[in-house]
Amino acid sequence: MKEVKMYRIGIDVGGTNTDAVIMQGDKILAGVKSATTSDVMSGVVDSLKKVLAETGVKNSTVSAVMIGTTHFTNAVVERRSLSLTAAVRLCLPAAQCLPPMVDWPDDIKQAVGGHYWMADGGNEFDGREISSLNDIQLTKIADEIDALGIDTVALCSVFSPVNDSMEKEAMAIMKKRLPKANFTLSSEIGRLGILERENAAIMNASLRKLSSHTVGAFGKALKSVGLSCPYYVTQNDGTLMSAKFVQEYPVLTFASGPTNSMRGASFLTGEKNAIVIDVGGTSTDVGALVNGFPRPASTSVDVGGVRTNFRMPDVYSIALGGGTIINPEDPISIGPRSVGYRIHEDGLLFGGDILTATDVAVGLGIADIGDPEPAKKLGSERLQIIKSKIDEMIVNAAERMRVSSDRIPVLAVGGGSILIPDTVGDLPVVKPNYFAVANAVGAAIGQISGEVDRIFSLTSISREEALETARKEATKKAIAAGAKPDSIEILDQEDVPLAYLPGNATRIRLKVVGDLNG
Amino acid sequence: MDKLFEVFDTDLDAIEIGAAILGTGGGGNPYIGKLRCRLQLQQGRRIKVIPIDELRDDALVVSLGGIGAPVVGVEKIEQGEECLRAVHALEDDLGCKVDALISSEIGGANSMEPMLTAAQAGIPVVDGDGMGRAFPEMQMCTWSIYGHRSTPSAMADEKGNIVIIKNTRNEVWVETLARANVVAMGAAAGIAMAPMKGSYVKKVAIRSTITQALSLGNSVLKAQRDNTDPIAAVLAHEDGRLLMTGKIIDLERHLKGGFAVGHIFIQGFGDFSGDKGQIDIQNEFLVFHRNNQVEICVPDLIVVLDVDTGLPITTEVLRYGQRIAVLALPCDDLLRTPEALKVVGPAAFGYPEVTFTPMPSSKNKEGKR
Repeated sequence: MKEVKMYRIGIDVGGTNTDAVIMQGDKILAGVKSATTSDVMSGVVDSLKKVLAETGVKNSTVSAVMIGTTHFTNAVVERRSLSLTAAVRLCLPAAQCLPPMVDWPDDIKQAVGGHYWMADGGNEFDGREISSLNDIQLTKIADEIDALGIDTVALCSVFSPVNDSMEKEAMAIMKKRLPKANFTLSSEIGRLGILERENAAIMNASLRKLSSHTVGAFGKALKSVGLSCPYYVTQNDGTLMSAKFVQEYPVLTFASGPTNSMRGASFLTGEKNAIVIDVGGTSTDVGALVNGFPRPASTSVDVGGVRTNFRMPDVYSIALGGGTIINPEDPISIGPRSVGYRIHEDGLLFGGDILTATDVAVGLGIADIGDPEPAKKLGSERLQIIKSKIDEMIVNAAERMRVSSDRIPVLAVGGGSILIPDTVGDLPVVKPNYFAVANAVGAAIGQISGEVDRIFSLTSISREEALETARKEATKKAIAAGAKPDSIEILDQEDVPLAYLPGNATRIRLKVVGDLNG
Repeated sequence: MDKLFEVFDTDLDAIEIGAAILGTGGGGNPYIGKLRCRLQLQQGRRIKVIPIDELRDDALVVSLGGIGAPVVGVEKIEQGEECLRAVHALEDDLGCKVDALISSEIGGANSMEPMLTAAQAGIPVVDGDGMGRAFPEMQMCTWSIYGHRSTPSAMADEKGNIVIIKNTRNEVWVETLARANVVAMGAAAGIAMAPMKGSYVKKVAIRSTITQALSLGNSVLKAQRDNTDPIAAVLAHEDGRLLMTGKIIDLERHLKGGFAVGHIFIQGFGDFSGDKGQIDIQNEFLVFHRNNQVEICVPDLIVVLDVDTGLPITTEVLRYGQRIAVLALPCDDLLRTPEALKVVGPAAFGYPEVTFTPMPSSKNKEGKR
């Protein structure tokens, strides 16, 4: 391993805790936890100060800070801090039967204003125009948007993942009337499937102002503790976005939480193919690692009730955590309610009067926290019955995510991971050091990516040539985003033949990743 | 006409699930059609369904549906009145007035299109269809199999283009010409076929399939609500048989003659531990093998459901590692006759060596019609 004199800091801003780790090369020097604050920033400043003080690392030797945050997801889920947004779809005469935001819950539609326009434009699957862009029409729409006082626009054109020129031209036309507005182009964030891609573009647009503010505040937080290095934010697939990029594409952070925990678990154990079980206070997330990255979900994923087609990690959640409430009279009825962070008052082990999953582990001597005596009063036989049921829930969840009969390990992370037995079914369990700050570690080791998702016609080129073209395009994108050219490798490639289309059309999705420059 | 019943907003989720199950992995996703129906109902239009026996013998019934590539359907959504324009074009061409519409295939996206168009046209949609499932080609409808000539057929795209296929040598040519046309139209269009008499529809349509999709979907939703087994609910509802529960351990897909073809390989678990399953795909699930022996084949329905939720998995979203239940559901007797098997039996899909052995079913009783 090459010697690295510079340090990286990974931060995870969660709902309850803001964690930070400091790393030198592949070595973790320290991991700390602070409470998340309502302004987010003081929690970040707090954890940065703590981790720097604990290690004595000099500010000037920190080369980068990587931040994982659920801030933008929460804004959508809670319908707060969203900007009024103009949705403009280039499609006519096609696609007018289902207007933008047609399947959104009313409250979020209201939060972003629900304003939409449909205009001429869009392409066919083979690149032909459905209709040409109409300068006068778009200028009129821009004026109407301006009159409503809206300065955030989401543009979505039919088949823009195949040809993005209409979205770009429409933006240029509208910018003449809306010089200060910010634009989100659907082709830059989503894949085929117009409703889902448009949804993502509208959500992204509505988060742009919050994003500018938040990213600016992250910068200030770093500055206030004397850090002048660049900082990055992690996205859904565990790769990094520059501060400038996340200002433009906040929507790409949506599932970064579970991704960071899985990537962190992989790093802490050295395992590339595994089941990751992250046990928190109220729930357990189970995911699968394939070649060191989370396996993506194959179906559409709802965010705050809005359908998207992001590549989200395939995560199966069950209502089982350290604070899960168990009825001592009915030992196999476990959860779904939890005492959550109130375990320190309500749990038997801390002098409370509610039997929790953690009490069962403590009562059986599996974990050594608090007072085991109240739980022991239930008798070891009953505790054992409950523990068997908990084990069964964990085994079933792990089985669900397992992709082959290979005996891959189970990686146990999160504060509640004492609940995980030594083996899960026939799978061995690994509990790494720093298991409680796996998310922050996942952020600290983020890589840079580039992705292509397009339909190729295989009449004049071979499948291999098409894949090669896709690989070159993706590599170019990764380098532009800050990846070291010689470290780039293919992370994922998939080609799906398209039924009923002539010329052996095939849809290729390909993603490359590389180490961060510098 | 008081025997008509209505489809309401609250029925659409169930029909979506039921139609996707009957799609046997193909037929396109009914989600967009469901949203379109919902919007029509919100705008005050009504979906009226007429039971087959309520049709007048001389009623003119038009079979219709969307045609194109499913992947285009989720990107270039319809203008909205493609099928309606196709119906009007037929009426103009023939100088007649259409009395009711019927779905060419209940499986998948084409369950919704006729309901929508009927609501727009202000006429009823027939409770039935031409397949009772999904098939890749139009001549695989029962009415084509039993001798109806689909010409003239009218096709309409979102731009206002209309093509009438006036006459063809046989039913396969309708499919061939329509296919070439739909590519030119941008791989999505609506098509309406020459009207059939009510008396003929009574003889050859597969009956009550809107009702079937609705109550099948409701049984899955109920099982999910009650925390009971949705797979068992589907089996009970359709008089089906559980072929296997297992995990997909290999998956290959490629293109042959414009169709997505491939195989999935399944390692059984639970009661099927030790069994190896294989499903052959041509847009839909065609043939199921257990331990290298063909066990169920087209035209009986092979359905793949998520083992936990009971929701159907279409061929596009199959992936390595999925935990699935494979079910066999009996097809309608109309698909089991020698005439039908020539068009929709295993040989028609390139399996001349496979003999179709109908799965037993109490549903298909003699003298049902």
